[in-house]
Amino acid sequence: MRKNGIINMINGPVIRGKNMANFKMREMVMVGSKKLIGEVIILDGDVGTIQVYEETEGLKLGEEVISTEKPLSVKLGPGMMGNMFDGIQRPLVEINKINKDFIPEGIGLLSINQEKLWEVTITVEVGDILSEGQIFGYVQETSLIKHWLLVPPNKSGTVSSIATNKNYNIEDVLVILEGENKQEQLKMYHEWPVRVPRPVKERKEIEKPLITGQRVLDIFFPLAKGGTCAIPGGFGTGKTMTQHQLAKWSDADIIIYIGCGERGNEMTEVLEDFPKLIDPKSNKPLMERTILIANTSNMPVAAREASIYTGITMAEYYRDMGYDVAIMADSTSRWAEALREISGRLEEMPAEEGYPAYLSSRVAEFYERAGSVESLNGKEGSVTIIGAVSPAGGDFSEPVTENTKRYVNVFLALDKELAYSRHYPAINWLDSYSGYIKVLEQWYEVNLADDSIKLRNKMLELLNNENKLQEIVMLVGEDVLPDDQRLVLEIAKLIKIGFLQQNAFNSQDTFVPLKKQYRMLWIIDYLYEKCRKLLVLNVPISQIKNQSIFDEIIKMKYTVLNDDLSKIDEIQAKINEYYDELEKKYLV
Amino acid sequence: MKKEYLKIDKIIGPLIEMSNVNDVFFGEVVDIMSSDGVIKKGKVIKIEEKKVVIQVFENTSGLSTNNSSISFTKEAFELSLSKEILGRSFDGLGRPLDQGGAIYSRNKLNINGRPINPVARKYPRDFIQTGISSIDALMTLIRGQKLPIFSGNGMTHNELAAQIVRQAKLGEGSSEDFAIVFAAIGVKHDDADFFKKSLMEANAMDRVVMFINYANDPIAERINTPRCALTVAEYLAFEEDMQILVVMSDITSYCEAIREVSSAKEEVPSRKGFPGYLYSDLASLYERAGMLKDKPGSITFLPILTMPNDDITHPIPDLTGYITEGQIVLGRELFQNNIYPPVNILPSLSRLMKDGIGEGYTRSDHPDVANQLFSSYSKVQEIRSLAQIIGEDDLSEVDRSYMKFGRVFEDEFISQGFHENRDINQTIDLAWKILRILPKDELDRINPDLIDVHYELKNDGE
Repeated sequence: MRKNGIINMINGPVIRGKNMANFKMREMVMVGSKKLIGEVIILDGDVGTIQVYEETEGLKLGEEVISTEKPLSVKLGPGMMGNMFDGIQRPLVEINKINKDFIPEGIGLLSINQEKLWEVTITVEVGDILSEGQIFGYVQETSLIKHWLLVPPNKSGTVSSIATNKNYNIEDVLVILEGENKQEQLKMYHEWPVRVPRPVKERKEIEKPLITGQRVLDIFFPLAKGGTCAIPGGFGTGKTMTQHQLAKWSDADIIIYIGCGERGNEMTEVLEDFPKLIDPKSNKPLMERTILIANTSNMPVAAREASIYTGITMAEYYRDMGYDVAIMADSTSRWAEALREISGRLEEMPAEEGYPAYLSSRVAEFYERAGSVESLNGKEGSVTIIGAVSPAGGDFSEPVTENTKRYVNVFLALDKELAYSRHYPAINWLDSYSGYIKVLEQWYEVNLADDSIKLRNKMLELLNNENKLQEIVMLVGEDVLPDDQRLVLEIAKLIKIGFLQQNAFNSQDTFVPLKKQYRMLWIIDYLYEKCRKLLVLNVPISQIKNQSIFDEIIKMKYTVLNDDLSKIDEIQAKINEYYDELEKKYLV
Repeated sequence: MKKEYLKIDKIIGPLIEMSNVNDVFFGEVVDIMSSDGVIKKGKVIKIEEKKVVIQVFENTSGLSTNNSSISFTKEAFELSLSKEILGRSFDGLGRPLDQGGAIYSRNKLNINGRPINPVARKYPRDFIQTGISSIDALMTLIRGQKLPIFSGNGMTHNELAAQIVRQAKLGEGSSEDFAIVFAAIGVKHDDADFFKKSLMEANAMDRVVMFINYANDPIAERINTPRCALTVAEYLAFEEDMQILVVMSDITSYCEAIREVSSAKEEVPSRKGFPGYLYSDLASLYERAGMLKDKPGSITFLPILTMPNDDITHPIPDLTGYITEGQIVLGRELFQNNIYPPVNILPSLSRLMKDGIGEGYTRSDHPDVANQLFSSYSKVQEIRSLAQIIGEDDLSEVDRSYMKFGRVFEDEFISQGFHENRDINQTIDLAWKILRILPKDELDRINPDLIDVHYELKNDGE
């Protein structure tokens, strides 16, 4: 039995206790008579500093700090899918039952439901030798997700007995392993410390894109399964909207959405929307593959810091079962600010803009937990991290954006000007980049079209070119440009309005299959080449720009059906008809 | 028996430090009596070994290190609440400013409140008509929303807020009870008087609760003012089932008070000297707006802040914008051109309007029209800067129609009288009238079917 600590300092979410020589770094503790949950973050002699995950008002000097003898951990087992947790994995629905409407302090540690019975299928037999991370059974967690039961890392042995019934709760012992010198009991769940990455057999190369149904992403700046992506943008530029779109439509098996220090109503919106939305692949409600973690901006700041780790640990757990998991963190800036706030209370020496010097290494540690892996049981899975960044004042040179940029491969810069003119998604095509073009090139060639990447590069070049021309236009007006440059402007407008702008509220346009995305860009290019050919013949631009064809292309996102692309061929036929006619006229 | 302590170690600005104090809890309210018998209130904000730091809500001048007596009340900061509170005015600590005497009730609430559980929230969808075209059409206010007004010094934000308070239809179409909670945070006397007067004109005084902290009142009291106001709002909305509109002016003074106290505490500053926790602190105010699933009441929150130097990237508007559900931005240029209300629509936004407008809420053509106005007006800005270089005469015909559209839009749509109340139908019809200045094929954000219905009206309608 260890001695309890005694509180001797209270400063907001940071408290200090003495008599804590036996406590461990990063250990979870209960603070005071209300048993607030906290974590040891500094040990100095017998004085320990603790960050508390709940409101500390009412605490007194001399109250106790009780050790739990384990690090801040989450319970990994069935019951997480479709659920909504706070930053330290306490289910918000359960909390609401304890105290209606508002979140109280001192409710202790709740986690996944311990009473619910699951129908378990054990896949091992007595005498089997199990090593760490191996599968010993499964549970159908939701209609979409088969939850494989894993031997916890660092446990192994020979199966000496297995449970024979079918229905169990997560606390029941399912399998007993005889280890080398001790017996191990396997339950449906195991605990894992959130700050420690789960072990894998090996990290694999990234080779598949994460298809999102968003044109600007899939064609221009593709994400990859197992990759990393940052979405920075000032307020009102559509970070959350983009994150929601990705959570709804990306082709990951599992989505973990972390609302980290963001608006309460946004989480409510997700909670109301997702159960109604149907996954296009499986025709099941999206909620069946989604876990929500909500630590809104007015919930305690230390739990906000932890929420990111809670989310990524859950993601790694499902990855180990062989799923492709995408984790949306909205927003990582709030997490960084939580670090700064706590660092300030610890009176640490600040680096840039008051952020602690370890900001960069924390950001790196987080994004490095993404990856495509072969897990300990041989299944292949991945964790993709998509982090929103909310740069102060919309300035991308601030520390969080800068540090994030160094560790992510896809950078989707959201642009205020685009958002002001209601160009959504407001992703700036000049400032954004994807580092996965090279590795995904082959996938696109095999699965989409030989020239898809080439086409993308060509169109991106055209947009770049247009940007330079716009500077001239701003000075002298459009009319004085030569016709070939005016054509570039016209085609760029088509790409911007007809292709890059995507309407999240339109049922056809909110999610677009890759094939249609490609064909849409292809037909714009087709038109471009047709027009160029005529320019050589000195046909005036007023003739070349056929309003009805251009209009039709702008509207094709609505008129061409997602599952029937024949309309594109019709447009092509119209283009041929008009421009061939024109060509004949001028050739003579 | 309350213990009294007679020795203060240190007084810096609004903070006092004491030692050898026992049995104090974090956040406890303290009474400090100076030698002349005046009682000042304070709160414990840090406890370290035997040392306690107390933030005094009132002016510390007159206190000295050994002529004061300090007693700990064993209570956190709470307000007594009953329905009697309607029609009353208080100072920033909840002490009556009028002749009505204190509110007595067994119902006491901690002014810090508690975070609303996201699963208990109801997603706001009900449109509130403010009668102001630019707001109703383009940044629609939704019941339960927090929508700040970003203004600048000297601009007409107070008039706008007063007009919204006067015209907003909070409880339309039902017998629902509504009330207004107004918090003046570090405002000038004449600004506070202006609000009082306009509320009286609107015959709303018996539905108003006021918390007033004048610009020359102690800054630590300022930190409490919005919390008192929001606690009353929560009580009225969620215990008395009322529809509450909270108006606060000026959040900038609040943030500056936070900075002043933070620097007295010798905390590490982040941007512009504001403490690193400013975001969390502001969130603890703004997030108290909203609706609950099982309660009919609501809190709609309209904070006003003046952007220092009109800079929207300044930490106060910046952090606010990240928490609130949009913003109404007032523009200096419009203001100088005598346009009231000078709402600069391009950076303005209502995040909740997408679910609260259109068929079944306002009008089926509302979303497209709003989109088109934004997009066309943003084009007007481009063409204006082009016109400055090459002159308006050299613009193409289409561009000239945009120039005209821009002018008429500002003069007739954005601009409206202080007493002019336009309903949503008038507003959207007006929008169509102005959109007709543009050629039909420039309206690329509107569904062609709607254009067929509304654009052609010109010929027979007028």
